Amino acid sequence: MLKRTSLAAVAVAGLLVTASGVPAAGPASVEIKDFTYGPSVLTVPAGAQVTWTNHDEESHTITSATGAFGSAGLSHDETFTQTFARPGTYAYFCALHPQMRATIVVR
Amino acid sequence: MDRMDRRGFLQCAAWTGAAVMWTAAGGVLSSRVVTPASAMEAPAGAFSFVQISDTHIGFKGQANADAAATLQQVIDRVNALPTRPAFVLHTGDQTHGQKAGAFDTVAELLKGVKTERTFYVPGEHDVFLDGGKEYLERYGQGTVGGRGWQSFDYRGTHFIGLVNVLKYKGEGMGSLGDEQLEWLAKDVAALGSSTPIVVFSHVPLWAVYPAWGWTTEDAERALGGLRRFGSVTVLNGHIHQVLQKVEGTVTFHTAMSTAFPQPAPGSAPAPGPMKIPEAEARRMIGVTEVAYVPGRQPLAIVDSTLG
Repeated sequence: MLKRTSLAAVAVAGLLVTASGVPAAGPASVEIKDFTYGPSVLTVPAGAQVTWTNHDEESHTITSATGAFGSAGLSHDETFTQTFARPGTYAYFCALHPQMRATIVVR
Repeated sequence: MDRMDRRGFLQCAAWTGAAVMWTAAGGVLSSRVVTPASAMEAPAGAFSFVQISDTHIGFKGQANADAAATLQQVIDRVNALPTRPAFVLHTGDQTHGQKAGAFDTVAELLKGVKTERTFYVPGEHDVFLDGGKEYLERYGQGTVGGRGWQSFDYRGTHFIGLVNVLKYKGEGMGSLGDEQLEWLAKDVAALGSSTPIVVFSHVPLWAVYPAWGWTTEDAERALGGLRRFGSVTVLNGHIHQVLQKVEGTVTFHTAMSTAFPQPAPGSAPAPGPMKIPEAEARRMIGVTEVAYVPGRQPLAIVDSTLG
């Protein structure tokens, strides 16, 4: 019974995502430029792959605030990809420049 | 080392940065950027040491295609000094994000410095990937509890190396932490107030520009316990440019990088590596001298550029 309830909740969330124009599937990307993650909030459906590309000469990381995921230092033009299987709000920052912060929202 | 002409020096020094040589004589500390032009004889009874910072081995980009080559150039200049430095202080960011093999490259290159030994403190680039494991395996020996911080005495001057990058995550600035601060208080407790103190760490121990994380959140707790001393010199790296500040008997000084310069605080959208047009090169380099007088006398600071 509990299982059914949570499945229903996910289904509702899925409908909302579609209604708000978030891509239903496929790859999503975050561009790092001038010490900023763009977009600062990226909303994706569950199961989406997110790829970060560092366009700065300085290295940056993608480091989960909770330790759930994390990259090494990305040099210029290097990328990092993470799959987000479960809905939730995932805050991350750059371990080298902690003032750089952004969020992935998985619906 | 082949003698480098002025034009050649200006061209490469524009973006290679330099080491800083410090001379201590009779309680007076003075510093200058290590260049052929700065060659000078040290006063009798003085000793000198060199600060090298932010070597960023592993960095590759338009700001510097070969950080190892520019470090080697700085080492050559240090070795050409008329007075051999007693030791070298490396104030962190040896590596660029712990790139594979980078620590080995730095160690190999620094073996070529004509000096007795080198002391290290880590930069965030040296520790962020593994929480300092590799760094402390290499450089933790002889430090307090293998944690990376340490103190030593040299000819009457007390040197203190502090670690302010291991609690870097999520704070946006450097941090020393309670344990280190408690150790520091004990470390200096027995010293007479006339003992010259030199503190070195990676991230500045003063608020250079907090918006870019160029500060240490609990530095005041460290400095508070040092204000009774007649002469305190604080040497930092991290910001890839020379900045100085005097606060009572405490002189703060940040060093250039040997790899690439960074913009002045707040002068750019972000503190990334700077690519310097050749025409501007002469404004970017210079000689800095700090005359440091213990006691109640004012401190004299002289900056002069080569351009």
